[in-house]
Amino acid sequence: MEEEAILSYLESHEEIADSGQFAAERGLDHDKVVNVIKSLHGYRYIDVQDIKRETWVLTEEGHTYAVAGSPEMQLFLAIPPEGISREELQKKLDPAIFKIGSSQAAKNKWLDMGKQISRKVQHAEDRVKNVLVQIKDGKDPEAEDVKALKTRKLIAPQIWKGYSVKKGPNYAPKRKKVATDLTRENMQRGDWKDLEFKEYNFCAKGQPAEGGHLHPLLKVSQQLKMIFLQMGFEEMPTNNFVESSFWNFDALFQPQQHPARDSHDTFFLRAPSTIKQLPEDYVERVKEIHESGGYGSRGYAYEWRRDEANKNLLRTHTTAVSSQMLYLLARNPFQSKKYFSIDRVFRNEAVDRTHLAEFHQIEGLVCDRGLTLGDLIGVLHDFFSRLGMSNLRFKPAYNPYTEPSMEIFSYHEGFKKWVEIGNSGMFRPEMLRPMGLPEDVRVIAWGLSLERPTMILYGIDNIRDLFGHKVDLGLIKRNPICRLGIA
Amino acid sequence: MPTVSVGRDRLFSVLGATYSELLFYLRCLFYLLTSGSYVSFFKYAAQEEFEDLCFRFGIELDDVTTEKAIIRKEKHLEEEEVDDDEEVIYKIEVPANRYDLLCLEGLAQALRVFNKQEDVPNYSVAEISKVSMLKMHVKPETSQIRPYVVCAVLRGITFDEGSYNSFIDLQDKLHQNICRRRTLVAIGTHDLDKLEGPFTYEALPPSSINFKPLKQEKSFRADELMEFYKSDLKLKKFLHIIEKSPVFPVLYDKRRTVLSLPPIINGAHSAITLKTKNVFIECTATDLTKANIVLNTMVTTFSEYCEKKFEVEPVEVIYASGKSYICPDLSPYKMDVPLSYITDSIGVALEAKEVTNLLNRMQLSAEELVSTIGQCNITVSVPPTRSDILHPCDVMEDVAIAYGYNNIPRRKLASLKSLPLNEFSDLIRTEIAMNGFTEVLTWILCSHKENFDMLNRKDDKSTAVIIGNPRSADFEIVRTSLMPGILKTVGHNKDHPKPIKIFEVGDITLLDDAKDVGAANRRQLAALYCGANSGFELIHCLVDRIMEVVGAPFVAVGDNLGYYIKLSEEPEFLPGRQASIIYRGKRIGTFGIVHPEVLNNFDIPDPCSFVELNIESFLEVS
Repeated sequence: MEEEAILSYLESHEEIADSGQFAAERGLDHDKVVNVIKSLHGYRYIDVQDIKRETWVLTEEGHTYAVAGSPEMQLFLAIPPEGISREELQKKLDPAIFKIGSSQAAKNKWLDMGKQISRKVQHAEDRVKNVLVQIKDGKDPEAEDVKALKTRKLIAPQIWKGYSVKKGPNYAPKRKKVATDLTRENMQRGDWKDLEFKEYNFCAKGQPAEGGHLHPLLKVSQQLKMIFLQMGFEEMPTNNFVESSFWNFDALFQPQQHPARDSHDTFFLRAPSTIKQLPEDYVERVKEIHESGGYGSRGYAYEWRRDEANKNLLRTHTTAVSSQMLYLLARNPFQSKKYFSIDRVFRNEAVDRTHLAEFHQIEGLVCDRGLTLGDLIGVLHDFFSRLGMSNLRFKPAYNPYTEPSMEIFSYHEGFKKWVEIGNSGMFRPEMLRPMGLPEDVRVIAWGLSLERPTMILYGIDNIRDLFGHKVDLGLIKRNPICRLGIA
Repeated sequence: MPTVSVGRDRLFSVLGATYSELLFYLRCLFYLLTSGSYVSFFKYAAQEEFEDLCFRFGIELDDVTTEKAIIRKEKHLEEEEVDDDEEVIYKIEVPANRYDLLCLEGLAQALRVFNKQEDVPNYSVAEISKVSMLKMHVKPETSQIRPYVVCAVLRGITFDEGSYNSFIDLQDKLHQNICRRRTLVAIGTHDLDKLEGPFTYEALPPSSINFKPLKQEKSFRADELMEFYKSDLKLKKFLHIIEKSPVFPVLYDKRRTVLSLPPIINGAHSAITLKTKNVFIECTATDLTKANIVLNTMVTTFSEYCEKKFEVEPVEVIYASGKSYICPDLSPYKMDVPLSYITDSIGVALEAKEVTNLLNRMQLSAEELVSTIGQCNITVSVPPTRSDILHPCDVMEDVAIAYGYNNIPRRKLASLKSLPLNEFSDLIRTEIAMNGFTEVLTWILCSHKENFDMLNRKDDKSTAVIIGNPRSADFEIVRTSLMPGILKTVGHNKDHPKPIKIFEVGDITLLDDAKDVGAANRRQLAALYCGANSGFELIHCLVDRIMEVVGAPFVAVGDNLGYYIKLSEEPEFLPGRQASIIYRGKRIGTFGIVHPEVLNNFDIPDPCSFVELNIESFLEVS
C-alpha cells in the first residue's frame, strides 16, 4: 500500500517533500513508509534526502495524564463544593496523585489549603492534559508549555527522521520482483523478465570450491617424471624399500668402514636381518676390488666381510636400485640406457626443519660408451633448465662411488646467492667393471631430493609443513598446479 | 664432510701474496678510516676471493666465526659485539677422503700448489743404517686386540703456538674421521728425548699395567684407570674399544716407561710440549692400510717444520714372526694413465704437457711417456699425502678440477620438449575435472547463427573466420567462443540428471591482421553449470579456483598484480548477473548467468551459468 502510494505519487509529481507529512495526509503509518523508502532506495528506484526534526513525545507518566487528566485536576475534581478534610481527600485519591496534585493545585492557586480543603475557584482548566493531547497528536505546543511539561518529565525530546523523495535512476511505477537467483520456475513461468537481482558483491571471493586436491610433492614428482620421459629416460622399478648392504653400499665401492654405514646414519633391520641370496661370482669380484683392487685400481686394502654385506637395511638411496639395474644390464650384450627414479629413501637422522627420517630421492643416470664430463654437464643443464634453473655452477666434491664428483649449484634470484641443488658424477670403474660392463662404458648420474626444490618452489622453510602427517590440509588445497617442465 | 677450523689471518699469511696484501690493506684501512664500511668491503673482498678459490678447488668456507663466538654458542650465551682484535676463524669443509687437508698446513699447501705459488714437495725418509734405526718390537699377544703398529720420528722440529695447536688438532681430526673414533687407528705422539728405544708393543692383562696418564698427577692401574675415565666426557666414548678384552694394548720403551695405552690415553712422562724437538709418533691399529695413511699424513704435514724440511726418520717395526717393516713408506705410488683416457673422459682435448701442468697443480708430479706402440701415457707419481688416488679416474678428476669444471664445454644429449601451452592445458584440465566437471570435446565449426544471433551477439565482421564453401549450415564459420558447442551439448542432454557440470579446454580462431594468414588460434577454457538454480555462485567459485591453481592472488579492483572481478555487460548473459575477469590488468574472460533468451535459443529449459576465459596469459612469465 505504502509502496504503491509512493511510486504512483512520483509518477506525476516531482518530489515528496516530507515523508512524515506524506504519511499523515494519507493516514499511513510513517514507520512503514520509511521502510518502503529504504527498500526502494536500495534498488535505486528513488533518490532520497534525510530530514531530521526535534519533536516531543509523552513519557509514560505523560501518557496517563493525557487520558486521566493531570493530578491537580483529579484532585480539584475530587473536592466537593463544600470542602473536605485532608484525611478524607487522601482516602479518595492515589497517594502519588494526591502529593503531586496538591502541590500543583496550590501553585495554580485553585485551593484553600487549611485543615479543611476547599475550592478557591469554581472552574479550573486542565491545561496540562490539553497540551499533552496536542503533543500526542503531533501538533506543535507553545514553547512555554513545553518548558513546563519538560520540567515535570511528562514529555521527552525525540529526533524525528523522515525523507524527501525523488525518482531514482531505476524508477518505475511498479517494482519488479526481487530474486536471489534465476530458477527453473522463473524460466518455465517466463517471469524472468520481471526479475530484479540484488547487486552482487564482486569485491569478495566466491564460496570455496568443492573438489579433490593432489599433494604438492607428488605434483612436483609427476612433472619431474614427465621431464625425464621427455629426455628419453626410462623409469627404474624402485618399489622395494628393504635392501641389502651389498647392493646399497658394497656394489657401489663404498668401503665397509664408511661413516654412512654407521647405525647413526642407516636403519638396519632386526627382521629380516640379512639377505638370503646374492650372485656369488659377482660378490667375489666386489670383494676383490675392495680388498686388493683390480681394473687399474689399488682398492681399499682392507679385509672385506661378507656378513657386513649381507646386513639388510632400509635403502639410504635409490642408487641401490641403480646398481642392480646396471648389473642386469651388464649381463647382456651392451646396450646404452638412460634410467631415472623418484622414490622414498631412509636415513637414521634426527628430524628437524630440514631433515626427515625419510624423503624422496630423484635420480637420473646415463650409461653409454664414450660419455664425458661435458655430457654430464650438458645433461644437467638440460634437466635443471627445465626446472627453471639455467644458471649452474659445479664444484668438485667427494662421493665414494663417483669420480669425478660434482656438486651442482644454482643461482637463486630470490636469495641472491648460489644454492646447492644436487650431486652428480661419473660412476667409478671399481663399481662398473666388476659388474661386467665394458671398459669404455661410462655412467654419468645425478641425484637430488624432491623436497628441497619443492620447498624452494613453494616457499616452504620447514620440511614438516610439506610432507608427513603434520601437514596442514589447507596448504594441500591451496596449492597451485606445478608448472615444472613447462616452458 | 669433515670441517676444519683455521685462523683466518694465519691462513691468509701462509696463502701468500694476494691474500696477505688484501689483509694488509684491510689492516691499514682499519686504522686510517673512521668509516667502518670500507673495512668491511675489503674484508668482504678478501673473503669472496678466498671463497671462489675454495669453490674451484672443491672445499667450502662453511662458517666465519671467532673463538669467543664458538664458546658463546656452546654455552648458549647471547651474541656480543664483535671485537675487532679477536682472531677470526674460518670453518672449512673438506672432502671426506682428503685426510691431508684436515689441518691448516695441509690445506694451505694444497691451495698454494693449486695457485702455482709453490711446487709439490718431495718427501723423503732419512737414510740411516738399520743398526742405528729406532726399533719397535711387536709381541704376539697384540693380535688378540689391536694387531698393528707403525711409527716414525720427526727430528729437529720447531713448534710455535700455531703449529703446535695444529699438530694436536690434526690428531683429533684424524681420530674422528679415518680412524673411526679411534676404533681403526689410534695416534700417540711423544717427546722422544724423554724416552729410550727400543720400544715394545704388547698386550697385557689390565691389572699388570701401571702408569701416570696424561694430565693426571698420580699413577693408575689400567683397570682402575678405565673405571676412572667412565666419568670423563671426552674419553669415556673410547673405553668400549678395549674394555671387554682380557688384555690391553700398551707401548713401553726400553726402561718400561709406558708410552701409551691405545686407543685411550698417552703416558704423562713423554708428553709433548711447545719445546719438544724430537717427536716419536706411533699409530696402533686394527687396519694396517689406514694406520699407514694416518702416519703418513702426520709426518708429511709436520715434516715442514723439521730441521731437514720434508724429511722423516724411519722406525723398524719387528713382529714376533721375525718379519720386519720399515716405516713410514713415503715412496710415491706410480700410476700410468693413458692421455686419451683423461681427455676422452673429460671431453676436452688437452696436450700431454697441459695435463702434466694441471696435475702438478693438484700435487701430483706427472710426466709424459710415449709407449712403444705410440700411445701417450701420463706417468703420475702419487705422493704419500694423496691416499685418495686409487685409480686413473682419480687422476682424471684432478685434471678436470685443475682445468676447471666450469670451463668444460657442455654436450647436449638428445632430448625432447613438449609444447608448454598443451602441457599447461592438460594440467588445468585435470584441476577442473577434479572440481567435479566433466570434459566435453565439441566441434570447432558451427553455424553463423549459433555463434552470433543465438548468443544475442552481433557480428561486427571483425572476429570470425568464414568458410567459403560450407557443405551445410552447420559448418559456416570457425567458432569465436566455446559457448555454442557447450550450449548445444546441454541442449542435447536434456534428459541427463541435473545438475550438469561440463567443461572444455580448446582453441577458437579469431581474425588477426598480425598473422600472415590473417587469423590466429586462442586457447580458451569454458565451463558450464546447469540445474534447478543458475549455479552462478558455483561458477564464481570455479573462477576463484582456476585463479588459485594458476597462482594468481585475488586483489582489489585496479591492482595489476593479481585478478579481480568487475560487473560486465555482455549480451549473452543476464544483466547484473555477469562479470569480467581481469588478470594483471587485462580482461581475460567473462562469467555469469546465461541469458534466458540464449538458453531458449538452444532449447535449454533450465538455468545455466557459464564461464569462458583465455588461458594463454597464465603462461607468460611473471
